[in-house]
Amino acid sequence: MLAVLDAGDSLIIFPEGGRFPGPEPQKFKGGLFHLAKDRPQVQFVPVYLENLNRILPKGEILPVPLLGSITVGSPIRLESGETKADFLDRARLAVWSLRLT
Amino acid sequence: MSLIFDKETGLLAGGVIAVLILASLIGWVLARRPGNAGYQETIANLNARTRAWWLMVAIFFLAMLSGESARSSYSDSHSFLALREFITMTPTKRGDHDTLLWLFFVITPIQYGLVAIGWYGLFAIFIPVYAFLFVPLRSVLSGDCEHFLERTATMQWALMICVYCVSHAPALLTLEIPGFEGQNGKLLFYFVLVVQASDVLQYIWGKLLGKHKIAPTVSPNKTWEGFLGGVATATLLGTALWWATPFTPWQAAGMSLAITLMGFVGGLVMSAIKRDRGVKDYGTLIQGHGGVMDRIDSLCFSAPVFFHLTRYFFT
Repeated sequence: MLAVLDAGDSLIIFPEGGRFPGPEPQKFKGGLFHLAKDRPQVQFVPVYLENLNRILPKGEILPVPLLGSITVGSPIRLESGETKADFLDRARLAVWSLRLT
Repeated sequence: MSLIFDKETGLLAGGVIAVLILASLIGWVLARRPGNAGYQETIANLNARTRAWWLMVAIFFLAMLSGESARSSYSDSHSFLALREFITMTPTKRGDHDTLLWLFFVITPIQYGLVAIGWYGLFAIFIPVYAFLFVPLRSVLSGDCEHFLERTATMQWALMICVYCVSHAPALLTLEIPGFEGQNGKLLFYFVLVVQASDVLQYIWGKLLGKHKIAPTVSPNKTWEGFLGGVATATLLGTALWWATPFTPWQAAGMSLAITLMGFVGGLVMSAIKRDRGVKDYGTLIQGHGGVMDRIDSLCFSAPVFFHLTRYFFT
């Protein structure tokens, strides 16, 4: 992943590490923090995918054609001295707060 | 049921296009006049609505000019789009997933299939009886009882409003009206024209003269002035177009009044649902209008009433 970033490309990360029932994101996995620590200059753009858990719940084969939406927020970065738990919480909140916009 | 090459159809279509050209010109002039931010916003929305009308009218004409299957799938697609907007904002749960698949991919196509083959007996009861019983039956199999009645009722409502009611518009094509054979396309055109003109006229009267709110808790934009002016002028319009229908001028007046009043309450009811769910529009598909459901809310309520009035008195 670092090699991809170093090549100047972007990564799409699903930091919950899986699909879960309900609209609220799970706690984020730690990999996000390690990426941020190794490449502090990288920006993390929060993206909230609304309604996907109703359109195609985990375990179903056929999607119900409901409306979904994608909300993109403002980028965040790892701040100096920020702990792993704080950063992951902040990143998760940045995604979850987009549901209101 | 050929609709083209008919003088009256040409007149209706020409009239609609003339009105759209006029509306575009007025919008163009209004947009060039100075005004405060609120004024600019209203005019921008007005022009977005007019542009969307051009597109909707073009699609409507195309569907009408094409064969019968195109007309049926045209309404079918409205039901499908309205249904997805409606279900999106209602509180269905994981256990309803399969029921919802049936709603979209089995029940809706069957209803329009019944319209296409003109089987009135089953068309009239398929959703109110069989789909009504099927929806809770399918959901109960998932074993989730939480909010069961609420979930079931919203799905039944979605089917009734978005599919059953809307399907009465293309069902007008199946009526056998003595002396009007092969001309039902005009009746459908007439109906859609009066319903939508009523919406537009209520909007215009409301914007020009609207002061006294008619239902402030439900829809703050609806005023007595808009309601009375819109209903009166849309009824006049519907009366003036009697020559496109099997009705006499007085019958056309009564029909138009029924269509516009049902359309008004339809808009009101669908607004109440939006309010209850805390949204302003059902969707974002049609610029300036909101979603498909926002555009056809009045049609939902007037189509079955117009269909049955016509069927009872004229066939």
